[in-house]
Amino acid sequence: MNFAVLREKLVTEALLTTPEITQAITSLAEIPQPPTNPNFSFNRELQKLLLGKQLLIDEIPYSLEDIQSHYENGYITMRKGITLNKNRPQCERCGNEDQSLFATFPCSRCREICTYCRKCIMMGRVSTCTPLYGWGDENDLQHTDATLDWTGTLSSGQQHASNQVIEFIKANKELLVWAVCGAGKTEVLFEGIHHALSEQKRVCVATPRTDVVLELTPRLQAVFPTIEVASFYGGSEDRQKYSPLTIATTHQLLRFYKAFDTIILDEVDAFPYSVDEALQFAVKQARKDNSSLIYLTATPNEQWQKECRQGKREFVTIPARYHRHPLPAPEFVWCGNWNKALTKGTLPANVMKWLKHRIDTGKHALFFIPKIELIPKILPILQKLHPDIEAVHAEDPNRKEKVKALRNKEIPLLITTTILERGVTFPNLDVAVLGSDDRIFTESALVQISGRVGRSAQFPNGDITFFHYGLTESMLKARKEIQNMNKEALQKGLIDVE
Amino acid sequence: MSEYCLFCHEEITSNTNWSSFFKVKTATYLCPTCEAQLIKIEGDTCNICNRPLEKLEPQFVINSRCLDCVRWEEDEEWKGYLLKNESLYEYNTFLKEIISQYKFRGDYILAKIFSTNIQQKLISDTLFVPIPLSAERQFERGFNQSEALIVEAGHSPTHLLERTHSEKQSKKSRYDRIHIPQVFRLKEGRDVADKAILLIDDIYTTGSTLRHAAKILMHAGAKSVSSLTIARS
Repeated sequence: MNFAVLREKLVTEALLTTPEITQAITSLAEIPQPPTNPNFSFNRELQKLLLGKQLLIDEIPYSLEDIQSHYENGYITMRKGITLNKNRPQCERCGNEDQSLFATFPCSRCREICTYCRKCIMMGRVSTCTPLYGWGDENDLQHTDATLDWTGTLSSGQQHASNQVIEFIKANKELLVWAVCGAGKTEVLFEGIHHALSEQKRVCVATPRTDVVLELTPRLQAVFPTIEVASFYGGSEDRQKYSPLTIATTHQLLRFYKAFDTIILDEVDAFPYSVDEALQFAVKQARKDNSSLIYLTATPNEQWQKECRQGKREFVTIPARYHRHPLPAPEFVWCGNWNKALTKGTLPANVMKWLKHRIDTGKHALFFIPKIELIPKILPILQKLHPDIEAVHAEDPNRKEKVKALRNKEIPLLITTTILERGVTFPNLDVAVLGSDDRIFTESALVQISGRVGRSAQFPNGDITFFHYGLTESMLKARKEIQNMNKEALQKGLIDVE
Repeated sequence: MSEYCLFCHEEITSNTNWSSFFKVKTATYLCPTCEAQLIKIEGDTCNICNRPLEKLEPQFVINSRCLDCVRWEEDEEWKGYLLKNESLYEYNTFLKEIISQYKFRGDYILAKIFSTNIQQKLISDTLFVPIPLSAERQFERGFNQSEALIVEAGHSPTHLLERTHSEKQSKKSRYDRIHIPQVFRLKEGRDVADKAILLIDDIYTTGSTLRHAAKILMHAGAKSVSSLTIARS
């Protein structure tokens, strides 16, 4: 799409009535932004759609004329989708600068060779003739008072963290909440979110995983009943909704721009956020210049742990679970060369014994394996112990059903890759890891896996066994971290001595 | 030769040995893992539409021809227009993902994946004619996916057809697709008399789109109309 500059305003090519010189938006030296006309009666739905966003023309279901008039009257803003830095393109939506992730094509919209970003193409194509549309008036829409409708009580560990969260939200600063698996971190957010909303702040809870968005939305909607929570994930229907409280996948934050006063980022260390620079860029872009950012995780990476120790990063820990029982620490069991056993159609005797014991006693279990390719070999061996045993992995279309079947006790045991390392809670569970020395089982993966055990107050204990063919540093660090958290919790009086 | 797989972005490591050293380098755009998921259409296929016959129950095959094509050729309104279709690959989940990213997300560069294979199929003395998009769809996508296949294979497209109105094919049933009124017309001033024509499209599904185009061109005096698509669904 090309633009002409007429009387210090951009005019979309399709709306020109006289022949004019037109250009792609990236080629313009600067983008004129007309002053806001207070007498213009703007469309409030369009405002809700565009406030704090950066959308493509294809994502705005209004006519070009509407968009043009709102721009000319100073309400809609435009930014370049791609900027050139010494002739090297950079994507303004996702921050991509990797030249191998740009490509060119003869574009029907501008009739020139257009350069586009391949990094964020799943969200629609941003090219050198693509404007990013937003809303000029940065004042948020006033929202009705949010009441906090929650009758639960926080444990003293949770309460301490909750107070810190409120302080950091007030001060517009960054805070890491380092909470063990099963600490009850969602409840820790309630008071902080409530406080932010009461100050008319716009809040976003972001997470790398769609599953978590789907789980959090009804939960937060229930505790904040007077406001309407908006939920953003691939395929969600809330695209046009404006809400003071938004729950979104980190991917969806690519559509926001300087939107939030407070972002709470859950599972900072989880894939894909941890490895995808575009998602980290998206979080930065979605924040207002003056805003708070609360990180939540049970397993900060090594760099962050170091920064915490050195006092370079503000953090608060919740070293104990809300039910005041210590975290089950993993037991290391050497099982020899289990790969070799597999070629003979079996598993090491101590592994088989562990599995058989769960089946015999009817204790439900997760059995973690390092690679998806092992499933066809391991599943038949375990199905000899019990025919209902199933296996899941990331690409499994029946993943949800199988997890549900284990929760409903329809199946006794589930074989899984690291896909179930986090986010799933079963009340009474034992867990074993086969080949815990494999590279896939990082320190954080092992801490998360151990964190599946003993989650509920009724069943606070459980067995977590790492079957290995040689110790790794990750295994030792994971066990050390769990022990340290238990020690800290004991010192702070957050667990009861048994 | 790109260093990274255009689809999964993994680095492509090439094994250099004496035979690869002396061989003329052909461009690779996919890593071996992705490449292996593209299944070429081989073996016995329908002598019109190129559909693999082994995947059909015997009662749906008559004299090396699939029942769909038999039905087209029995229909006085449609017989004899489309000489032959050729499709490069089976339309499996993997190819579906590639085509969807190429066409609907608009990742133009993915056309290169097919360029070498398409190039081999484009013979001289033939007009390469892309299936046109409506003006709205062309604006929406930013490019015509069929035209891009010809261009990226190093040839020039000949634009002979235009849409009479716009409709999304992928949302329709087979009945609706076959019983639509004429969707194309010959562009003004185009002469196709005695020309051999190769229509290019991304997917052959029912063959309805291609037969509508073929009918217009044959009525305008073309010598023959064949088609080439990436996928046969």
